[in-house]
Amino acid sequence: MGAATETFYSVIRRQGITRRSFHKFCSLTATSLGLGPLGASRIANALETKPRVPVIWMHGLECTCCSESFIRSAHPLVKDAVLSMISLDYDGTIMAAAGHQAEAILEETRAKHKGQYILAVEGNPPLNEGGMFCIDGGKPFVEKLKMVAEDAMAIIAWGACASWGCVQAAKPNPTQATPIDKVIANKPIIKVPGCPPIAEVMTGVITFITTFGKLPELDRQGRPKMFYAQRIHDKCYRRSHFDAGQFVEEWDDEAARKGYCLYKMGCKGPTTYNACSTVRWNGGVSFPIQSGHGCIGCSEDGFWDKGSFYDRLTNIKQFGIEKNADQIGMMAAGAVGAAVAAHAAVTAVKRLAGKREDAHHTS
Amino acid sequence: MMDVAARPAEAEPDLSAIAADAAGEHGVCRPAVYVYEAPVRICHWVNAFSIIVLMVTGYLIGTPLPSVEGEASANFVMGYIRFAHFAAGQVLAVFFLARILWAFVGNHHSRQIFYLPVHRKHFWKEVLHEIRWYAFLEREPKMYIGHNPLARTAMFTGFTLFVAFMIVTGFALYSEGAGIDSWQHKLFGWVFAIWPNSQDVHTWHHLGMWALVVFVMVHIYAAVREDIMSRHSIVSSMISGERQFRD
Repeated sequence: MGAATETFYSVIRRQGITRRSFHKFCSLTATSLGLGPLGASRIANALETKPRVPVIWMHGLECTCCSESFIRSAHPLVKDAVLSMISLDYDGTIMAAAGHQAEAILEETRAKHKGQYILAVEGNPPLNEGGMFCIDGGKPFVEKLKMVAEDAMAIIAWGACASWGCVQAAKPNPTQATPIDKVIANKPIIKVPGCPPIAEVMTGVITFITTFGKLPELDRQGRPKMFYAQRIHDKCYRRSHFDAGQFVEEWDDEAARKGYCLYKMGCKGPTTYNACSTVRWNGGVSFPIQSGHGCIGCSEDGFWDKGSFYDRLTNIKQFGIEKNADQIGMMAAGAVGAAVAAHAAVTAVKRLAGKREDAHHTS
Repeated sequence: MMDVAARPAEAEPDLSAIAADAAGEHGVCRPAVYVYEAPVRICHWVNAFSIIVLMVTGYLIGTPLPSVEGEASANFVMGYIRFAHFAAGQVLAVFFLARILWAFVGNHHSRQIFYLPVHRKHFWKEVLHEIRWYAFLEREPKMYIGHNPLARTAMFTGFTLFVAFMIVTGFALYSEGAGIDSWQHKLFGWVFAIWPNSQDVHTWHHLGMWALVVFVMVHIYAAVREDIMSRHSIVSSMISGERQFRD
């Protein structure tokens, strides 16, 4: 898959991409990364001079939706991004080699680029039963993950699976599927959550690492700030309806046709950090809220376990009950209110009785 | 502030020694002790008002009113409700802080709600007595100059801890809108290390509101009841600052 000393630029030129297209890509990427006016030339310079970053892309328990999203990235055209910008040395799903040949490439890349390659992980390892729920190349995936992570420069945790656990880690999580940062502790890990993450976000992250040779600035939870610093809600084009107090109350009501805020329909935009409302999907065509459906919060921790996608309030399942905070609160307030009333009644009765007794004694 | 001359100073005089008020024609003895200093009372009422506003607006943020008609640009219902919530929240935070500071300079009653003398056997005995009193197992109430030990426990948990929890989670949620570089996020962003999904922080903030609703109900009931049953002023004390002892 190409020698690692080649640059991105030399490869795409050989593939017939014009210098003009190359600069267009640099400008677009610099803009989406929020790098300022000099960013484009810095990216161009890096891609022209730096050797391509070798990438090992591994798949644990996952559905390949991250790969599907990645290869649909609109602006680094897919063949440029996947095959040129990074030196994608190993990816079980899309590489031509198979079986022993594929494993040989993995070994070769590990040995040749020790401490320099990026490990991109899609999916997560199940830890239960010694990791037997995900076997890759005859071994539990968790062993392979630990082995390859040992010599990696940094790890990209693609998607909700690798970042948080996603559906296979949803309760009761029989295979004990575990996110990457709970398994690998000694390497820098960048989380790119989403189910799947937005294609442009994925290529943006890769471009940043290639350009600057380091991970972008991360937030407290290890997500790149440039794409995950704000909630869907903060940049939602329906936000003005939220502030005005105009909500969709039913899926087929007039408000839905007018494009009012989907808050009452359980939209998770206010608690979801992602770039959907700015970058959007499929080359900027649309995103869920624009299509009339609330955000389901797919880039958030444990989004499968928070109750219905269509409820505003989260279900609380502790203590064998399944109610939301307001239902529990009203029950508690009602019970205490009744107790207070009863206590007041008993107090009054006792007091009256006491007074009568006193009166009886004095007379 | 108040007519100190006619009333005993805060030095907690011997109650029985307080003779009939010179001005009182029939010499009705109402011994009184100055308990709640002005800053304590101001904080109490500002916090009470803020908490009411926060509960109402908070509930309306979680469960918004029916949609309004017209253009989005002509309405700002949710915006005003959220503004009221944030404003009341900041007021509560400031006065809660001020109240903590006053605990360092005020009289010893002002420190009562910030810690419990859990290491003292006597304290637990008194708590038990108060529980028995509320369970109608004691005939005679005890009188306290400050909070009774059970009330103190309730104040410490129901007010100090719960409100502190609401302030912390409240600012953490506010930091989501204020941005990742805001001081709110720098100070309170660690909340999201405990609950990575802010949906959970919202849920806890909701539950905290209901816990405070329960506290307010019990607080008001107990204050009014003690005022009548324990023969010493409770409700008016938070206005005048004095605790009066009847009989």
